[in-house]
Amino acid sequence: MPADVANALKEKFPQLTARASLDHPAFNVPVADVVAALKYLRDEAAFDMLTDLTAIDWAEGAAPRFTVVYHLFSTTNHTYVRIATDCPSDAEPAVPSVVSLWPGANWHERECYDMFGIKFAGHPDLRRILMWEGYPYHPLRKEFPLAGIETPLPDPDIAAETGANLIAAPMMGGPFVAAPGEINLTEAEPRAKDESWTEREEKPE
Amino acid sequence: MVSSNTELAYNSKIEGEVVVSRADAVINWIRTNSMWPMPMGLACCAIELMGVAGARFDIARFGAEVMRFSPRQSDCMIVAGTVTYKMATAVRRIYDQMAAPKWVIAMGACASTGGMYRSYATMQGVDRILPVDVYVSGCPPRPEALLDALIKLQAKVKRERSAKNLLSA
Repeated sequence: MPADVANALKEKFPQLTARASLDHPAFNVPVADVVAALKYLRDEAAFDMLTDLTAIDWAEGAAPRFTVVYHLFSTTNHTYVRIATDCPSDAEPAVPSVVSLWPGANWHERECYDMFGIKFAGHPDLRRILMWEGYPYHPLRKEFPLAGIETPLPDPDIAAETGANLIAAPMMGGPFVAAPGEINLTEAEPRAKDESWTEREEKPE
Repeated sequence: MVSSNTELAYNSKIEGEVVVSRADAVINWIRTNSMWPMPMGLACCAIELMGVAGARFDIARFGAEVMRFSPRQSDCMIVAGTVTYKMATAVRRIYDQMAAPKWVIAMGACASTGGMYRSYATMQGVDRILPVDVYVSGCPPRPEALLDALIKLQAKVKRERSAKNLLSA
């Protein structure tokens, strides 16, 4: 991002602060200015593409707890910028929706709502996208376990007929990660961190 | 050894134009050679299923090129792809709407066991909600592997006591 664009942005939005970033220019914006700042970047600074819209959960106890992050890309200048805004409320996190600026933000905002519980004011159709309506948890919050929580399936007649429900996925000794630095592909394939136990064999004491 | 319900006996000098066989053999032969799939193509395995239906791997050799997307008109549901819990109710409903006799092929790792998705959103195997007849491993399975599964399913159907099931049902 050229320096004059960054300076013009800071002049227009005086409460903008720079954000620590290793790769691209990044700014923290207060939630009241975020739609105006994004609109300015889209219209005046030629950041015409919203490549990502995501969120960060800093865990219960942090204040603010949720941060919504926007990644913008300029297809003409080939530069990126990151805009981050903190949600004012921890219990009912909400930010304005940018669907009016980029229609592609529709599903990204639904995903943030589904995974974090962040509501987007002005979104035309804010409902869960991966989990079903009425699923009681928000899976990417820090207190949600990796494997999931056992829940009944959404349709009671299917649940009764099949006897199935949403189970905590069998983790069997931890997340499956690839071993770094191995050359032998058999050893380098993703495997459980702790291979001493599986679903069938108990953990040896 | 010839299994009794797959044996077809025909001696044209004695029988003339008549074929005498066991009901099981004829019914099973008809079912195996026109196994119309209901492609429950949910993810990437559906692309390989389309490849199997294409000219190179040609599922039409087995009589199964008739991909009927209506459950009323199909025999075999091929679950090709990741079954999320959100989609699971729809998959089960479609299975319930299929007319008997019906079979299920779980194609690929995701349909068989949940595959690489050991998560809160993915059903760990479609066999939690459907009775699966043949599992195919692979991510995605080679088209030849799916044809092998179809052949195994045909062998399974050939062993059924179809006449007994029809008369007793």
